[in-house]
Amino acid sequence: MVGSTSVQPFAEILAEEYMAHHSGKKIYVQGGGSSAGIQAVRTGAAHIGMSSRRLMGNEENLIDVLIAYDAIAVIVHPKNPLTNLSREQIRQIFSGKVTNWQGVGGWNKAITLVTREEGSGTREAFQNLLMGKTEISLGALVQDSNGAIRQVVKDDPKAIGYISLGLVNDQVKSLAIDGIEANIENINHGRYKIVRPFLFVFTKEPGGLAKSFLDFVLSPDGQKLLVQEGLVAAKGMRR
Amino acid sequence: MTKEKFLEKFLLFIALSSISILALIAFFIFEQGLPLIWKKGLASFLLGERWYPSQGSFGILPMVVGSFWVTFGSLIVGVPLGVACAVFLCELTPPLVSMVFRPAIQLLAAIPSVIYGFWGLIVLVPLIRDHLGGPGLSILAGSLVLGIMILPTIISISEDSLRALPRSFKEGALSLGATHWQTIWKVLLPAARSGIVASVILGMGRAIGETMAMIMILGNAVQMPHSILHSARTLTTNIGIEMGYATGDHQQALFATGVVLFFIIMGLNSLALIISGRRRS
Repeated sequence: MVGSTSVQPFAEILAEEYMAHHSGKKIYVQGGGSSAGIQAVRTGAAHIGMSSRRLMGNEENLIDVLIAYDAIAVIVHPKNPLTNLSREQIRQIFSGKVTNWQGVGGWNKAITLVTREEGSGTREAFQNLLMGKTEISLGALVQDSNGAIRQVVKDDPKAIGYISLGLVNDQVKSLAIDGIEANIENINHGRYKIVRPFLFVFTKEPGGLAKSFLDFVLSPDGQKLLVQEGLVAAKGMRR
Repeated sequence: MTKEKFLEKFLLFIALSSISILALIAFFIFEQGLPLIWKKGLASFLLGERWYPSQGSFGILPMVVGSFWVTFGSLIVGVPLGVACAVFLCELTPPLVSMVFRPAIQLLAAIPSVIYGFWGLIVLVPLIRDHLGGPGLSILAGSLVLGIMILPTIISISEDSLRALPRSFKEGALSLGATHWQTIWKVLLPAARSGIVASVILGMGRAIGETMAMIMILGNAVQMPHSILHSARTLTTNIGIEMGYATGDHQQALFATGVVLFFIIMGLNSLALIISGRRRS
């Protein structure tokens, strides 16, 4: 299986667990990006493609199966009095147009921006789902993992960053966006929109090993594993 | 073939293979990096200020400038401390004390850089953030940590060059009525100058190449630094932080960053060789 570097770590965990229970079966997991994964399935180089975005126009003849959702939360220090930002305010902050919390109705402190490095799937999703065409400021601090971003935000009361919702803990505070809090319920009802799907992509109905692995991923055991790792369970429905 | 001849050939082979590894590494860096520099143009690569690889902008000027800021910052911290420490070890301590000091300084070189980075992140960064302002992850924090990391290099080479001076220099100065301090300041340090300069340049090479600790404490923002309290990104941290997911042009741009780094380090090392060579002749 080939594809999204955001899905890759989860696929590796699933594959490891699967192989532990099915001796003699081998699953190889490779990164490369969502588009590369979809391309690899098309050309037959891979049996399963991994994608962290929905299929687009000319890809719709492929079969995609939702394996989980990953939500992205915008986080600040727990002492920061702010609880909500609009999408527009987030764009202004991350593009560097607003540099003081007062500019978005907060306290009088300079903003410390924290972002992921170029090439990161989380950054790409944040860019697509929230920023749109607006670029993330080059003045932002860059950290190379969700954990490192959480560390900086936890230590610096002036900081703002974004991480996978599953990794938010009580050391940081996730902000509501346009008044909607980032939690499982709002995601399941489709209210919290900063969510990306994790998909497995096939050219035809999967059979053999691919089918057996997919069944494991969608089984309660597989889904439980994904939820433990911080994702939001798909309901196993085929779309 | 005699045994001796055989051994000679064997050693030659070993030596050549280690050199050819160096050549291979250089070849791959250039092979991967040069096409991108060629495609984007040397000027726009070296002098561009925008680094948005996903949109095809590859300007590394802020990182070149960042590298130099951090490196010179570390020299400001490390050189006075290092040279003073070398003089102290060489001239002012009883042998018993320097027997304790010297291994302690060697130990500094044995600490992994990730430990320095961790220490900087936990101790220095909060201090700077709370007392001086800014995000704390800054050129100042990076320079302080690097300054300590280059101490072993500067101290040991400076001390060696002080010890290599003929005894007659010191004896002559003292017999002419100079005090011990005057002897150190006016005779010994100037005489050992080339060795000390070489130690500084080697320290600089070490500082410019440091990656792990700098990723942890510099903050890695791709901006032209205007203050030592600002975050910066160096050439090495640019490679270190982005190599994970980089593909295509982005990956080549990281190799191209390596090419630039390669030339800077080669330049520094040749400078150190020339200067220390001049001392011997």
